[in-house]
Amino acid sequence: MNQKTIVMGVIGADIHVVGNKIIEYALREAGFNVVNLGIFCSQEDFVNAAKETNADVILVSSLYGHGELDCKGLKEKCLEAGLNKVKLYVGGNLVVGKQNWEDVKAKFEAMGFDRVGSETTMPDDIIKWLQEDLSCIIAK
Amino acid sequence: MDLTLLIDFGSTYTKVTAISEQKGCFVATAKAPSTVNSDVMIGLSNAINNLKDILGEENLSFRRRVACSSAAGGLRMIAIGLVPTLTVEAARKAALNAGAKLIGSYAFKLTEEDLKELCMQKPDIILLAGGTDGGDEEVILHNAKVLASLELNVPIVVAGNRACKERIRQIFITAGKDVRITENVLPEINRLNIQPARECIREVFIERIVHAKGIDKAKEFVEGILMPTPEAVLRATELLAEGAGEETGMGEILVVDVGGATTDVYTVCSGNPTRGDVILKGLPEPYSKRTVEGDLGVRFNCLHIMETVGVSLLSEMSGMKVDVIESTLSLWARKTYMVPKSELEINLDQALARCAVDIAVKRHSGTLEKYYTPMGEVFVQYGKDLTSIKAVVGTGGPLVNAQNPTYILSGALFDEHDPSYLKPKNPKLYIDKNYIFYAIGLLAEINPELAIHILKQDLKQVSCEKMVDRSLMCRR
Repeated sequence: MNQKTIVMGVIGADIHVVGNKIIEYALREAGFNVVNLGIFCSQEDFVNAAKETNADVILVSSLYGHGELDCKGLKEKCLEAGLNKVKLYVGGNLVVGKQNWEDVKAKFEAMGFDRVGSETTMPDDIIKWLQEDLSCIIAK
Repeated sequence: MDLTLLIDFGSTYTKVTAISEQKGCFVATAKAPSTVNSDVMIGLSNAINNLKDILGEENLSFRRRVACSSAAGGLRMIAIGLVPTLTVEAARKAALNAGAKLIGSYAFKLTEEDLKELCMQKPDIILLAGGTDGGDEEVILHNAKVLASLELNVPIVVAGNRACKERIRQIFITAGKDVRITENVLPEINRLNIQPARECIREVFIERIVHAKGIDKAKEFVEGILMPTPEAVLRATELLAEGAGEETGMGEILVVDVGGATTDVYTVCSGNPTRGDVILKGLPEPYSKRTVEGDLGVRFNCLHIMETVGVSLLSEMSGMKVDVIESTLSLWARKTYMVPKSELEINLDQALARCAVDIAVKRHSGTLEKYYTPMGEVFVQYGKDLTSIKAVVGTGGPLVNAQNPTYILSGALFDEHDPSYLKPKNPKLYIDKNYIFYAIGLLAEINPELAIHILKQDLKQVSCEKMVDRSLMCRR
């Protein structure tokens, strides 16, 4: 079984569910094994699910502007749990107010995220990243 | 009379219940002290003799004889998984639903120390889980290898990642172990699947454990020892909720079984949120769920209950002085067969049982927590919402034989002063007046329609005792 596993969810006290469902649908259609934790997820929820499912990628969404606070330390927790090969993606409306995108991206990359998306990142962009990073063949 | 005999080989008592299939009714019940350590048949014969005395008949013939057992320490199980909140928890749930006495659980890779401790616990069965289907293989394979290398020779039920089933089978077979492979308890992160493991554990119980415990000495008399006693109670609960044949079920239901050593709670219900603005989190809950509180037996752990709720609360509830309570309970904990005599002692005994019910149902039920987010208030539910449950049934010696069983059973109800626990709000309350729940679970194997018919006759509806008692806010 060569299907790649993606653990995804919305982090923190964030209940924006629509984008979460759209991304889940798109990734499934693209042939990925998607484990969707839904909204209101803690860092531990992501780490535990990734460990149990032997995930290839953790995809974190954050829409309510507190992404920086919620995401800090996730990479370290992954390393502690032995998930050193798991790629970390984050995307959404990550910070409050209009901040320079390059600065925001750099900030999250420094936190250990391999890919950082903005509110304009489309599901197809995510799929392209996954293809590049996992060099996998899409089912469809 | 043409009777069916239903037997429970318990740790303290061997209980027998006779029913008439022909007449479709309960006939009588009797008990005698268990003799599991010598010859189980002695206790059983004594119980049957007591039954004969009750019925006033010299010769009783039984058309069918089946039994369940919780004797010789119960079905001692160890659950092993990968992540504590995921496959370990799923494995624990499967073991409890199968009627096991859970004596330990382990997460991640088993260490040398874990293995030493595990052997010392003397389990009857080990349940090995780990990884969702297609998920992690490394940890469960490691755990299979180290378990296979142990001298310990007990049946191992494997309910982990489907992708490495065959490799695990080979590891155990090569080491000469008794291994059974069944479906994964957690095939996906959001899907619990404990029924196949429950069935598998029951098979092992019938084939191996009954013999290992020496209960099979009764085999010549008894047709079959079909399951552990708690499994029988869960089956009776399922039957009562769902119905069979012409007999309708009672719908979503909670049963609480108060005992001297443990207090068990069973629910058959979805437990979905009953309000729209709630986010459901945590591992999915099984539709049929059993929890066991080994620290809430009203005799063996009566001192622990006192410490948990506070002696002043027991004093308020019973009217007994604090120092008298302390000395009485120390005595009861040592002499667990003691029965209360004076009015105050009876009050104290009932207060203890009510507290045990209150805390056990709290632990079984889900919780609702309020969070403040940038988007406003959000309610998050963990576990089962039992607020809309239709019926609550009380069973177990200390409850059924009490002067005021309703008072004890009312401990299971929702407490407005402690609304975060989603306990039943307006259920009908029933008492299992002849204490036959285990027998119904056994009879369900033979004739489910008759079983539920007899159970319905046995249940006595009682009016709910609305105790406006702020002091009953027992801690968890």
